[in-house]
Amino acid sequence: MRKSGIVGWGAYIPRYRIRASEIATLWGWEPGVPHGLGVEEKAVAGVDEDAVTIGVEAARNALRRAGVDPARIGAVFFGTESKPYAVKPSATIVAEALGITPNTMASDLEFACRAASEGMRAALGLVESGFIEYGLAVGADTAQASPGDVLEFTAASGGAAFVLGPAGDSVAVLEDVYTYVTDTPDFWRRGLSPYPAHGEGFTGEPAYFHHIESAVRGLLEKTGLRPSDFDYAVFHQPNGKFPLRVAKKLGFPREKVLPGLVTPHVGNTYNGSALLGLARVLDQARPGQRILVAPFGSGSGSDAYSFIVTDRIVERQILAPRVDDYIARKTYADYATYAKMRGLYIRTTF
Amino acid sequence: MRLSPAMLWRTRIPRYRLVGRECLECGRRHYPPRPVCPHCGSRRLRDVVLPRTGTVETYTVIYTVMEGFRDRAPHVIALVRLDDGTRVLAPLTDVDPSGVSTGMRVEATLRRIRVDGDTGLIGYGLSFRPLMEPRQGASK
Ligand SMILES: [Zn+2]
Repeated sequence: MRKSGIVGWGAYIPRYRIRASEIATLWGWEPGVPHGLGVEEKAVAGVDEDAVTIGVEAARNALRRAGVDPARIGAVFFGTESKPYAVKPSATIVAEALGITPNTMASDLEFACRAASEGMRAALGLVESGFIEYGLAVGADTAQASPGDVLEFTAASGGAAFVLGPAGDSVAVLEDVYTYVTDTPDFWRRGLSPYPAHGEGFTGEPAYFHHIESAVRGLLEKTGLRPSDFDYAVFHQPNGKFPLRVAKKLGFPREKVLPGLVTPHVGNTYNGSALLGLARVLDQARPGQRILVAPFGSGSGSDAYSFIVTDRIVERQILAPRVDDYIARKTYADYATYAKMRGLYIRTTF
Repeated sequence: MRLSPAMLWRTRIPRYRLVGRECLECGRRHYPPRPVCPHCGSRRLRDVVLPRTGTVETYTVIYTVMEGFRDRAPHVIALVRLDDGTRVLAPLTDVDPSGVSTGMRVEATLRRIRVDGDTGLIGYGLSFRPLMEPRQGASK
């Protein structure tokens, strides 16, 4: 066991949903495509939301559960690929809104869907080295997809946040973590391009599967743990199918994956994806249980973490809305309204 | 609609954190913070973080919106009585006008209030949305 862990966790999912079938109809996709992706509907940020407002909501919930004075947080890492400003940190807005400023580190991280996970690793390391008492890692996205692209079925809005701190105050203590990265061009977006491009069949085996499998196998080898030692397994979830397939390849049964699988209900929230899954697992975990979580980011890399749940978790589960509360709270939008919310109309006045 | 960096910077704490003022003479609170107590005229005030939950006292639905607000029309503006009694005028979000009623419970949220075109600043600030209480009891 290491000397750091998760002290508080929080989720946020915007209220609006669009059904995948509506997208399929509008763009003339074969009706079975969304089902093949394992996604029924996705969450859509309202017109007045963005990655910052989503991140603030999730972080506020994480702070409620942590019960930590915001002034004691010494680092804020914001992971997103939907920065409201290309230049000007989102992390300072989040830190200012939550009363963490001014005596803190703050930065935005970019590693496709894995940036917030790297923020967790960095915060855990800063806690263990004694540089900070508590850190905040936030993953939030309003994921972009070109209208009509297959990515549009899954690219969704949402986020999760974690207060990291000393093991003695943690709901889930870090047992170990293993990271695996390479330069693999499976998904990218250039500076002035509004929508990402992807390497079609290249996103699966050489990217998602290779990196997650390598990170998880590395963790198992390093720790001597086996899949049967874990009660939950949470993987990055770009769709509803990949996490179940990678679990099978690694020897984790389906029932250990389903509690942390949120993409079928809300879509892929990118930096929120695996971390919303982890939040949903923490919403229901019991003391003594062991959690595997393996976020993935294109470009590509994966972190495999093992956390052990402590007695403190039960009293903190009720302190903020759960992932399932947000999944259940929804208002459907038609494609025209969704297009307005996502800024897809060309307008001459602002 | 140009957003001034100085104005956004000066007002960020009240807008981000719902910080109002309490009068040291009459004890009453107000929001947004002013230099003089609107209730008794005293200048002896202190900053206070106001409660984030409240009740809609009255509201209006604006269809003829100001420039810059067409994408969120109709715009619902509410007078919210916070749980400490302080009254705050702010937009309601995540609601359809037909779903708004006086007496509804709301909570404060940070949202994009004004956006200066494609190249200017984004003004984040206070909105209220329908209250979402954490469920009590054990999870599923
Ligand atoms: Zn007064």
